[in-house]
Amino acid sequence: MIIKIFIFFLSLIDKFRGKSIYMKKTILFYFLFFALKVCDAQETFPVNGAWDIRPGQYAFINGTIVTNADQTISGGTLLVKDRIIEAVGKDIPIPKGYTVVNLEGKYIYPGLIDAYTTYGIPEQPRQVFGAGGFGGRVIVPVSTKPGAYGWNESIKPEMNAKTVFHGDAAKSEDLKKNGFSTVQSLIHDGIARGTSVVVSLGDERDNLIMLNDQAAAHYSFSKGTAATNYPSSLMGSIALLRQTYYDAQWYKTQKGEYNISLDEFNRTQNLPQIFEVSDPQSILRADKIAKEFGRHYIYKTDGLEYRRIAAIKATGSEFIIPVNFPEPYDVEDPIDARSIKYDQLKNWELAPTNPGVLEKAGVKFAITSYGLTNARDFWTNIRTAITNGLSEKQALNSLTTIPAEMLGVADKVGTLTKGKLASFIITSGNLFKPDNIIYENWAEGRQYVVSKMNIADLRGNYLVNGTGFANTTLTINGSPGVYEVSVKHSGTDSTRTRGTITRTGDRVSIYFDYKQNPEGIIRLSGYISSIFPITLKGDAVFPDGSLSKWTATFTSAAPASKSPSQETPKPNLNVGPVIYPFAAFGNAEIPKAETVLLKNATVWTNEKEGILKNTDVLIENGKIKSVGKNLPSAGAKVIDATGKHISAGIVDEHSHIAATGGINEGTQSVTSEVRIADVIDAEDINLYRQLAGGVTTSHILHGSANAIGGQTQLIKHRWGMLPEEIKFAGSDGFIKFALGENVKGSNNGPPANNAALRFPQTRMGVEEVYIDAFTRAKEYKTARAAKGSTTRRDLELDALVEILDNKRFITCHSYVQSEINMLMHVADSMGFHINTFTHILEGYKVADKMKARNIAGSTFSDWWAYKSEVAEAIPYNGKLMHEVGLVTGFNSDDAEMARRLNQEAGKAVTYGHMSEEDALKLVTLNPAKMMHVDNRIGSIKPGKDADIVLWSADPLSVYAVAEKTFVDGVLYWDIEKDAEKQKALAADEGRIIQKMLEAKNKGAATQRPTTTRHRLYECESVEEDNFVVADDYTEMERAKQAAREARDHNEQ
Amino acid sequence: MKRTILSLGGLLLGISFAYGQANISPAKPQTKPVVITGATIHVGNGQVINNGYITFVKGKITGVGEGAAPSVADAEIIDATGKQVYPGFIAPMTTLGLIEIEEGARGTVDDTETGELNPHVRSLVAYNADSKVIPTVRSNGILLAQPTPNGGLISGESSVVQLDAWNWEDAAYKKDMAIHLNWPVAAGGRERRGAIPVPGVVQETPAQRAQKKVDEITSLFEQAKAYAEIAKPAVTNIRFEAMRGLFNGTKKLFIIADNAKEIGQAVTFSKRLGISAVIVGGKESYLVTDLLRENNVPVIIRETQTLPDRDEDDVYLPYKLPKLLQDGGVLYGLTGTGFWRQRNLPFEAGQAVGYGLTKEQALSMITINNAKILGIDKTTGTLETGKDANLFISKGDALDMIGLDVETAFIQGRNINLDNLHKQLYKKFSDKYGLKE
Repeated sequence: MIIKIFIFFLSLIDKFRGKSIYMKKTILFYFLFFALKVCDAQETFPVNGAWDIRPGQYAFINGTIVTNADQTISGGTLLVKDRIIEAVGKDIPIPKGYTVVNLEGKYIYPGLIDAYTTYGIPEQPRQVFGAGGFGGRVIVPVSTKPGAYGWNESIKPEMNAKTVFHGDAAKSEDLKKNGFSTVQSLIHDGIARGTSVVVSLGDERDNLIMLNDQAAAHYSFSKGTAATNYPSSLMGSIALLRQTYYDAQWYKTQKGEYNISLDEFNRTQNLPQIFEVSDPQSILRADKIAKEFGRHYIYKTDGLEYRRIAAIKATGSEFIIPVNFPEPYDVEDPIDARSIKYDQLKNWELAPTNPGVLEKAGVKFAITSYGLTNARDFWTNIRTAITNGLSEKQALNSLTTIPAEMLGVADKVGTLTKGKLASFIITSGNLFKPDNIIYENWAEGRQYVVSKMNIADLRGNYLVNGTGFANTTLTINGSPGVYEVSVKHSGTDSTRTRGTITRTGDRVSIYFDYKQNPEGIIRLSGYISSIFPITLKGDAVFPDGSLSKWTATFTSAAPASKSPSQETPKPNLNVGPVIYPFAAFGNAEIPKAETVLLKNATVWTNEKEGILKNTDVLIENGKIKSVGKNLPSAGAKVIDATGKHISAGIVDEHSHIAATGGINEGTQSVTSEVRIADVIDAEDINLYRQLAGGVTTSHILHGSANAIGGQTQLIKHRWGMLPEEIKFAGSDGFIKFALGENVKGSNNGPPANNAALRFPQTRMGVEEVYIDAFTRAKEYKTARAAKGSTTRRDLELDALVEILDNKRFITCHSYVQSEINMLMHVADSMGFHINTFTHILEGYKVADKMKARNIAGSTFSDWWAYKSEVAEAIPYNGKLMHEVGLVTGFNSDDAEMARRLNQEAGKAVTYGHMSEEDALKLVTLNPAKMMHVDNRIGSIKPGKDADIVLWSADPLSVYAVAEKTFVDGVLYWDIEKDAEKQKALAADEGRIIQKMLEAKNKGAATQRPTTTRHRLYECESVEEDNFVVADDYTEMERAKQAAREARDHNEQ
Repeated sequence: MKRTILSLGGLLLGISFAYGQANISPAKPQTKPVVITGATIHVGNGQVINNGYITFVKGKITGVGEGAAPSVADAEIIDATGKQVYPGFIAPMTTLGLIEIEEGARGTVDDTETGELNPHVRSLVAYNADSKVIPTVRSNGILLAQPTPNGGLISGESSVVQLDAWNWEDAAYKKDMAIHLNWPVAAGGRERRGAIPVPGVVQETPAQRAQKKVDEITSLFEQAKAYAEIAKPAVTNIRFEAMRGLFNGTKKLFIIADNAKEIGQAVTFSKRLGISAVIVGGKESYLVTDLLRENNVPVIIRETQTLPDRDEDDVYLPYKLPKLLQDGGVLYGLTGTGFWRQRNLPFEAGQAVGYGLTKEQALSMITINNAKILGIDKTTGTLETGKDANLFISKGDALDMIGLDVETAFIQGRNINLDNLHKQLYKKFSDKYGLKE
């Protein structure tokens, strides 16, 4: 009982505190209806003292009422009773007992709705992870959260915002000042984030402001604060979410396990599903999951949809977009300005077009203030968006009716309609005009004063009277709220000076300094003593301390001041084009397949014809049409290739480019469920750079941190296309296995605090990982095949079953002979086939055993000595494997080496004198064979894909330059066009930088250039610990990049 | 290989074909004069002599010219008709001999001392003349190297070694000739994002952090300079003793700096202190060629076979960097990466040829230019009379992977053993599978 009283007492203090703030804000000329403010009647709560229930009846008359984006009533009346709109319209009689507010000349809009906030949600505690990379981190294989929850902490659909939400008057102010009276609040943490609430921004008991206690279910790709190690990569996040959908389906059918997380996951499926993503590629990643599971997501994005508007439109989804447009960069220092990426420059220019672009495309979207560093930028940015193509109508819908519908509160808020909540704002004029002032924000009938209305406007010229003020005039201009003052003393020693004025209600204080006669600051304090005409009256203190009385009387209207904030920004429609991809060397238009005749070249056919001199190659419709001498040129673009060489496009069997969010999901020893296909980054500059080295196809592999890594993806270097479009359609599925030092973690740092280590730590343990995994897979296959099976679908085991069924193929990272031999025996005994040993640096020692099993070898040309297991790696490895009869190739595992794999093939000539014809096959036909696509690519043969390279010299030579590279007959790399692109790039950078300088000169805030670069992955790249609680993976990547750079600097 | 070696059988002493490294012995001093005839001679300074000859006696070149060689009594004649002769390649700024296995074998790693300011630590004494890696590099024509320490702000001092020696003492070609400084990186205002700001604490920007280090270095060097003015200081400071040479012209300061701003700072710094400086790395050196040329500061490019730093850069920028410095009138050399990868040094040089350099300019990068920068050009770097006979014969173009095939190599006139671990393993497994090499 004592506790109860104490709590009640606390709440009382709260209430008084609220009121005292309120009191301060009241002013003399303000109508005193605050006294009738609706009381916080709450049925179940006891009251200390007398009940104070007020009718809450208001009549707002004579205003321009914008009931929704399509209807405006001028001179209308809005009746409010007990927080509800009782009537809205023209000529509505005002019943007795209503407080009348005259809004002549003013506007009423529906209260705005912010569809994405964390308002009132406590910050999630950050987990402390062991530092120092994979090996050093504490092993947390399963959830540490007490209770009958799921295994992974990042899947927490059981989180309900309603159970933790607590309104915060101070924090709601930023929102209310911008006109928001309703917001969605969500728990911004984890992959499945549970449900959100919709609340009114009234400063009272949480019980009274809840509009929807289960508004939506939320998701993201970011594991957030979860301590569970898995997932450590974006592909892991996606795999986990995918598995969760299957687990939730299975959960409905089983009785053995009670699992709150899965139960809640199922229970919240009928709510709106909101997915936080970042850029368009991220949106498309989430959309793939949506389509896979028949889900419909609403996407909260980073506002970059303009980059891929067609693909965005095609998702058929709704969006919640921010207006946190970037500030211009500091570009004065040309060297520092070099750190700004081209897409950052372009984004500065194009981000404000995003809302308009979405509108034009007919995409439904809400606008959120989420993500703004400074809430005050909200309206500036909305107006910038309008200048850049967003209509006022759409803007209003995106801030009212659209979010209301998305969040299931359209019956309560969004329009000014009879029966809806009295959530509205009062403004000085059109909400979207720069000089508009938001006066009041009524959130569900609770008044919040943003800026006082109906108070005397002090702007004007005044005559000042009083001792010491002979011949003095005073001018007040600026805008209400931001007054400016100047004082003029005329006569023999006439002078004029600017002063400072502060107004608090009806009180004013002014100070200024004439600099001479007298020297020093003169201070005035006073109050508004009359409003017709406005008269200010009070005391003055002179620099010498002497006192005087003063009176200032309005004489005439003041001239408009020219403050920069008042200037209407010029409509800025001069923006550069969107390019594909949105990065340096992107194309304004994606190049198309051409009919081309390359004449008189030395053609390395890779077929039985061998190397043909003075030969022509005709490509048409993306295919090689014919190869021969003196081919007719009818209709084809002719390229004279005299003295030059033509080869098939280079195929890299082992690459880690064009993937994002981590290349290793090394948190478990078996992660066959993760898929590189989910995380393709088609905007990686290395796709383009490698075209410039003749590479046309790359096999993007999971890293080598664990014995059974992830599923791989074969791609073509179609620069400018979307992730799904660069995939090599119809190619067989592969998976990465790994052996050796990486798998056993031998080169990781020592474990933190003697923590447990991931199994295995020896090559002995590696064998058992495979035996165990395939034993499970076989049993699983049997169990699933049984009639009426209720065996849970397990994506990890599915992939292994595919291997057993010869539907998925292994490429295994491998070094020393012992482990290679071991895996061959495991494969024999478990009944699966190894397609390729990749790296395979000691392949030369077991080539005969590989030959017996028809296993290919994809190695480095000459790498060795970089760790113990390559102490006997030799550059003759390729030659020896080739001679024994293996399908042999050279791969890169490195974004740099990949673009001169032709030279690496040349090293088979240096070391071992392989014939040049065979050497080139190491990086073209042979890897194509390994990938089972030699029917499509790998040689110059009519009917095959027109993936060809025009070289300036013998392609194996260090002197060969790739002048043109075709993929599917499309000229994606052309050394001449590249030169033009470089010029255009420099010119466009110069243009945007000029524009930034102008913006800065106009007073725009700026930001320092920061460098964010693509992370280059190789086999051993492991994501650092998830110490960053990031909004999304892009952000996480940025932060990690920065951390790496900081570390690199320290190390230098 | 075997075939090659047999054809030169008479020249080679004590070759056996047992496996392992212990049998690859340093060559004996040159006793008989050698005359190479009929070769295409790449002098190293841009000059090419077709059908040329070269003679050397007791380790020194005694004649180079076109046509028939003058007769030299008791000489060993090598007919190199159709073959190429090059000056031995020089690999500066390498960890060759300092690291045997990069990762997972810390005991074999000796390139990075702990601490920030180590001008006194000497790479020469850690140079492992018995490294298995050295013969694999040497057999691609790299005959001299500068094993260089890493780490800290001042990493230590380096020497130039020749790559055929019983021990580091024999290997030393020019002792303790450079001190190595890592110029602090500010990197264009990059700041650490994702760090949690502490209220009330103004975060140091990278530029400020770098400036602190620059101040630290400046102070150290000024004191070292003052110290160097006194012949016998009352209290000996071994760091300053090591730095003495910087101020009397006997040592150079190799400064690792990639960005234009930092290169500028480093050049000004060394000029003010009167130090002979070399920029190493120099990725953005092409932006400041005037400064480098006017101050006579050379650049050692680190790798051409690398990626551009910025997405916006010309995709071929690293390939074009030598040409840009050539056109800018800057003296530039080249190194590869690490230790074992130095065997690719010829290809790193050849890479620049497709992008503007001539073949002979590319050759100069890794011969005479490197020699000048290292201060050994009086004795090596070109095939000119009076210089050491550091040279090799290749069947084809040594800068190209489809040409490089070193048959014979001489260091100071000694006909060195070109066998190595890799050739031995190749032989071993060719035999296992019954293949011809």
